[in-house]
Amino acid sequence: MSAPEWFFYGAGALSIVSALAMVLNVRNTVAAALSLVVTMIALAVIYVVLDAHLVAALQIMVYAGAIVVLFLFVVMLLNLRSDTFAPPRQRLLKAAGVVLALGVTAAFVSLVPSSLPTVRELPEGFGGYRAVGTELFTRFVLPFEVTSLLILAAVAGAVVLAKRRLD
Amino acid sequence: MDAVLLGAIAKTLFIILVAVGVFAPIITWVERKQSAVMQDRIGANRAGVAGITVLGLLHPLADVIKLLTKEDVVPQGASRGLHLAAPLIAAIPVIASFAVIPFGGVYQFGDRTWNLVVADLDWGILYVFAVASLATYGTVIAGWASNNNWSLLGSLRASAQMISYEVTMGLSIVGLFMVFQTLRLTEMGLAQDDTFRLLGFLERFGWVDTLPGWLAWLQLPKWGLFLQPLGFVMFLTCVMAENKRPPFDLPEAESELVAGYFTEYSGMRFGLFYMSEFIEVVVIAALTTALFLGGWTIPYLPQETLIGAITPVFGVGVATGLCMVLHVVAFFVKVIVMIWLQMQIRWTLPRPRYDQVMDLCWKIMLPLSLVNVFVTALVLLLWGNGS
Repeated sequence: MSAPEWFFYGAGALSIVSALAMVLNVRNTVAAALSLVVTMIALAVIYVVLDAHLVAALQIMVYAGAIVVLFLFVVMLLNLRSDTFAPPRQRLLKAAGVVLALGVTAAFVSLVPSSLPTVRELPEGFGGYRAVGTELFTRFVLPFEVTSLLILAAVAGAVVLAKRRLD
Repeated sequence: MDAVLLGAIAKTLFIILVAVGVFAPIITWVERKQSAVMQDRIGANRAGVAGITVLGLLHPLADVIKLLTKEDVVPQGASRGLHLAAPLIAAIPVIASFAVIPFGGVYQFGDRTWNLVVADLDWGILYVFAVASLATYGTVIAGWASNNNWSLLGSLRASAQMISYEVTMGLSIVGLFMVFQTLRLTEMGLAQDDTFRLLGFLERFGWVDTLPGWLAWLQLPKWGLFLQPLGFVMFLTCVMAENKRPPFDLPEAESELVAGYFTEYSGMRFGLFYMSEFIEVVVIAALTTALFLGGWTIPYLPQETLIGAITPVFGVGVATGLCMVLHVVAFFVKVIVMIWLQMQIRWTLPRPRYDQVMDLCWKIMLPLSLVNVFVTALVLLLWGNGS
């Protein structure tokens, strides 16, 4: 295998393992959040291997660098130590979850071979900030602006909710 | 191994040796000595070998010996693994930032091209932001894993402060991207190897004749500092807040939180936190130099002129090599000036209250940086690339 392939499979395996570690860790919330950070970084490595450099940088800046830090912030603010989140043992529910997850995985795997794109030569500057920015502000300008409106609405909603409690 | 890989390893070793091995220990001495001068004291001059103290320059060495021989304590009830790992998590992103900062330009030796940067990424500055945003974890985990209330309060403050200032840090240099039309740090350096007429834009209004001659034709280096003065001030404020050194040392405020997030650290693990702050001072100096102070360029002396002037004496090869050495020296001189400026700020300003720090970020600098982006865009749109 070539070096990019090694990185791709290594980061892929790491992201799966750390994602499982995050989901299965119900006792220590901070450790679970840190597993999530590892998942984010592994995904960013995959993006770099796939030439999506801007997305990789944003993945780390936004998800690993800001959102999970906010998760940690809340966890620490409430000072949740171990066992606070330990759910009651519901075996039937767990078994149902496992069956459902396996079913979804099987459906997904069966869809993969037909949806793989044919290998093509990448256009010049693919995945760089110029290419992504041009696409974002020409072809996808309406979804982009609508998303910003959505975020604005969310911010306004959060402010209103927080203010009501303060008053 | 091929030449590219060898070159990359050599450049990595050079920048890490200079920044981590030479600059960071000497800055710990400069910090003491400069504060001593500013506060009219004699300052660090005790450590010595056989009575020879060399201006107290042996203090960093004594510090290292002291830290290495101290006991490394993990407090009771702490989560051991995270407590031990936190200093590493804090130090690695800081050192990794050096990868994209160019300490010299691009040189042509025969048919081989040399550029003095470890990784010449097209999205260079985004890499720095991404890596810097990971540095938050070291602080946050250190405070949480210590099982100490002061540490926890310190890391709460740190996470809020660092996330807030990251936003403004990014926005404050958007204007710079607009002016230089690139995110690649080497291209930014090349763009700054030039001069512009400070009042050149007045010519469009026909006002130049009313000015005295020297002012009308005043040429300034085309540095980010002169094109984006507001951006420079805001960027420097933000990166200093990211570094958590005074006046933004709220996560470790001695008078309020004992020592904040690293209260429970001792020995070399404390030393690693301490050193990573000083390495970050070097990173900040190198980054502001690359972005705002023209990087490796020598003002009023473009690379072609310099090489052209030396070539008749020594030949092209030696001239290019000499130019390279001069550029690296120019870069580190600017880095030293920026380090001095940071120390000056550190010993001049008192620590603000926590809400004042947050207000400064969200209520003053965020709107100002947006105005800066808007005005820059307007100027570029109306008068082309002149600012």
